[in-house]
Amino acid sequence: MEGIYAFSVGLLTACGVFLTLRGRSFSVVVGLTLLSYAVNLFLFASGRLKLNAAAVLGRSEQYSDPLPQALVLTAIVIGFAMTAFVVILAMRARADLGNDHVDGQVPKPKPPILQKGNTTHKAGGGQ
Amino acid sequence: MKSLIWLPFLPLLGTLVPLIASRLSRTACAFLTAALPALTLFLVLSHTEAIFHGERFFASIPWIPAIGLQLAFRLDGLSLLFSILILGIGLLVILYARYYLSAKDSIGKFYSYLILFMFAMLGVVLSDNLIQIWFFWELTSISSFLLISFWGDKTEARKGARMALTVTGAGGLALLAGLLLLGHTVGSYSLQTVLDSGDMIKASSAYPIILVLVLLGAFTKSAQFPFHFWLPNAMAAPTPVSAYLHSATMVKAGIFLMARFYPALADTDLWFMLVSLTGLATFLTGAYIALFQHDLKGLLAYSTISHLGLITLLLGMGTDLSAVAALFHVMNHAIFKASLFMAAGIIDHESGSRDMRQLNGLWKFMPYTATLAMVASASMAGVPLMNGFLSKEMFFTETLHQASLGSLSWMVPVLATLGGVFSVAYSMRFIHDVFFNGDPINLPKTPHEPPRYMRVPVEILVALCLLVGIFPGVIVGHLLYAAASATLNGSVPSYSLAIWHGVNFPLLMSIIAMCGGLIVYANRRHLFKFQAQFPVSDPKLVFESAVQYITRRASQFITLTENGSLQRYAFLTLLLAVVMTTIPLMRLNATAGLRPEIPVDALSITAAVLLCLSGLATVIWHRRRLLSLLTLSVVGLIVSLAFAKFSAPDLALTQLSVEVVTVILLILALFFLPQKTPKESSPRRVVRDLGLAAFVGGTVGTICYALMTRPLDSISTFFTENSKTGGGGTNVVNVILVDFRGFDTLGEITVLGIAALGIYKLIARMRLYMPSGDYQGRPWAEDKHPMLLAVISQSLLPLALLVSAYIFLRGHNLPGGGFIAGLITSVAIIQQYVAHGVEWIKTRIKLDYQIMIGSGIAIATLSGLGSWLFNRPFLTTWFDYFSLPLIGKFELASAMVFDLGVYLTVVGATMLILANLGKLTTSERPTQQEHE
Repeated sequence: MEGIYAFSVGLLTACGVFLTLRGRSFSVVVGLTLLSYAVNLFLFASGRLKLNAAAVLGRSEQYSDPLPQALVLTAIVIGFAMTAFVVILAMRARADLGNDHVDGQVPKPKPPILQKGNTTHKAGGGQ
Repeated sequence: MKSLIWLPFLPLLGTLVPLIASRLSRTACAFLTAALPALTLFLVLSHTEAIFHGERFFASIPWIPAIGLQLAFRLDGLSLLFSILILGIGLLVILYARYYLSAKDSIGKFYSYLILFMFAMLGVVLSDNLIQIWFFWELTSISSFLLISFWGDKTEARKGARMALTVTGAGGLALLAGLLLLGHTVGSYSLQTVLDSGDMIKASSAYPIILVLVLLGAFTKSAQFPFHFWLPNAMAAPTPVSAYLHSATMVKAGIFLMARFYPALADTDLWFMLVSLTGLATFLTGAYIALFQHDLKGLLAYSTISHLGLITLLLGMGTDLSAVAALFHVMNHAIFKASLFMAAGIIDHESGSRDMRQLNGLWKFMPYTATLAMVASASMAGVPLMNGFLSKEMFFTETLHQASLGSLSWMVPVLATLGGVFSVAYSMRFIHDVFFNGDPINLPKTPHEPPRYMRVPVEILVALCLLVGIFPGVIVGHLLYAAASATLNGSVPSYSLAIWHGVNFPLLMSIIAMCGGLIVYANRRHLFKFQAQFPVSDPKLVFESAVQYITRRASQFITLTENGSLQRYAFLTLLLAVVMTTIPLMRLNATAGLRPEIPVDALSITAAVLLCLSGLATVIWHRRRLLSLLTLSVVGLIVSLAFAKFSAPDLALTQLSVEVVTVILLILALFFLPQKTPKESSPRRVVRDLGLAAFVGGTVGTICYALMTRPLDSISTFFTENSKTGGGGTNVVNVILVDFRGFDTLGEITVLGIAALGIYKLIARMRLYMPSGDYQGRPWAEDKHPMLLAVISQSLLPLALLVSAYIFLRGHNLPGGGFIAGLITSVAIIQQYVAHGVEWIKTRIKLDYQIMIGSGIAIATLSGLGSWLFNRPFLTTWFDYFSLPLIGKFELASAMVFDLGVYLTVVGATMLILANLGKLTTSERPTQQEHE
């Protein structure tokens, strides 16, 4: 089970990182949300996985580690506040700057490179 | 000895006095300003008797004892000598400045800066802690900057101040590094411990680095070659500042530093080479250049450089008496040079010029001042019966005794005599050129004697020159001995302070210097002509172009690394983070630990596959934004299921309700953003990012796996054991949140509130493009609020609120609590907004969300403060059990009040964000609430 769990956390992290590296603010917000899922799962897992062991006294034989849970609980709420802040910031940036690129301006495509003695254009800018 | 702590701080208090007193007359202001330094001087002097008997005073207040940081002061012979110089000359300068500054200068500001400097300088000489010395050291640089730039409307004042700050500040950084390394080597930042471990320091491998760094600090501050150029440019300061900082005190800080650390760092070959050769070079360069200055203060500045070089040379030679001679010359130089600067200031003030090509024959106009200046410059030249003669004689004696250059040692006395020749020549020029040598040429004013009391400081200093020169033993014998004893850490060789030591080599050197100086001065025209062949280089321009060069290089480097692309920064940051993480991971022997794993079941596998697929789908479809949002929400749901599966019901509930709120938020936001992401990443970038993402994901997954398969020794047993007995609740997670770690939670909800208010502010003036249809051009539905949704949600509202109340109340003992209840309430209210619209809600739900956030945080804080009433620490909780008929036994806990605060803040924050975002499309936009 731990292996599957770790794989899922790793995959979510990878997805989150990839989207965070995109150039448009909405993708970054989605990427950050994915990353925060991964981070919360990761932090939660630092208390080790246990089945049927909720940290409610008297309800089970053994208890899972309550401390990471308490930390992750507040992290989820704060994470929401931060997501909200970033997404509103993205909206504001679009309203004020007229585009939703993370740098505040859409990068100009690179001029085509002319090869010496060759008139074919190399694809530049990656459009 | 607590009164010692107050010594440097009395002047600090005194920085306020002139600011307040500047409304009074200038004289009253000067006297009031002088009061606290005078008191400090009195306190210092009250210790002299004991210090002359060999006592040393220490006082300290612990600050962070765990890492050895404390406020520590000491008063020994060396500190005493410098304190008397700082305070004594400081008082004279205060009196002098009263007459020097014109009516349009702000005398209060000037005095305030001056006393600030006095505080800093006293701090340097009285500190008994390395870091503390450095702190005050930098403070002298800063106050010196303020004083040099006092006439900030002049270009040279601004440039001079900047140059002084750059040079001494850079030296200060080197000094900091040196002192940190020194403290690290010794294992203590206490000065006394460092001084007592001299042998250990000199034997350590770090010694050469420490020495070079500390000496860089000392040399820049004391204007040693090749860092001397800032001092002449600092002469743009008002003359009282030059007299005080740039001759008597601040430039001596470097000397002080070398004397202070003499037992710890001196007496090695490296020390000798660095210190004495730098000193010799400075001594000669300064003396030579001084002769060619036309500016009166320029001459004095280079002469100061030369004398500082002389003292440094003495400290470097390491013969028996060289340190004694150095300290004696510190004293004598401070006395005669301060008086000379003051005399130069008087001449400038009363004749309107400092150019020696214009100033001639002033004897006729100001004979009294001229006499004073001539006595002082005779002392500078080393004429017998003056204090300057005594220390110069000692200097010559010591140059004869040293043998550190081997067979080349004979050069030192010869070069010292050569320096002496030039000293006599420029002193002669100061006397002859200014007071005799024909008549003044085109002076702006007719020179006359200064006001009576402006001369008093000069008179006192000149009298001291003579008194020390004639009765050295009586006047300064004890003080010098005490200072030398502190410098040498106890063992002072015997010496005699006398005017006449018989006919010997040093006397011969003095006579040669005297005659040579007169000859050089008499033939100065040839020398001037010779000097005129060299191209003039203005150190200001050289310095300025060096600074500009560095600035250009720095900005080139910055544009190379910082091109303004967020994607690039994120990439580099992540790359660095993951590379740093892999290093310790490679040292880990095996990925899996010894903890047994939970067996896999089919349901979990299905959930995991679904999670991974929807995660990948979010990435693959990320350009179709709505679609990726949908898959994102699937991920969130499965995450909350995972929490439920692995025994974290509170997390599952929180994640579920946050998920709902987040998706609503993102959909709302998406309405205002482009619906699609253009395809603009180059294939190379995609591959690169994919590579990094896989790398990061792999690393995180590995750590996660390695962590989970290793046994855990957690502190959490404390929480499970004390949850019921100490916090009165069986839901340990909730008890941690509201009780054990209540302070953290208070911080969290405050952050939440701040984020919500920040968002509100961002929304308030947003000018948005509002699409009239979706990205395919289809118009929005006519029916904004479908009847079916409205009816169902309205009837669900009481139920939802009931659930949230239930979740809230049981939170202490079962999964639930303020966070979850707050989120559920928010979801219930948002549903009403969605179903009915803002207009409908406005008339029915009258909640001011900002007040809600505020009252939530206030309630949580007050419930914490309440425990103060019972003499308990902040946020101590109280609980007890009661029973009522019909209801039965129940528990009341103060933690519930705290949880209520959490609840209100969560509802307020969530609703403030979502409701205002939702309102953007309606006529209720929050813009009208901006007051401007």
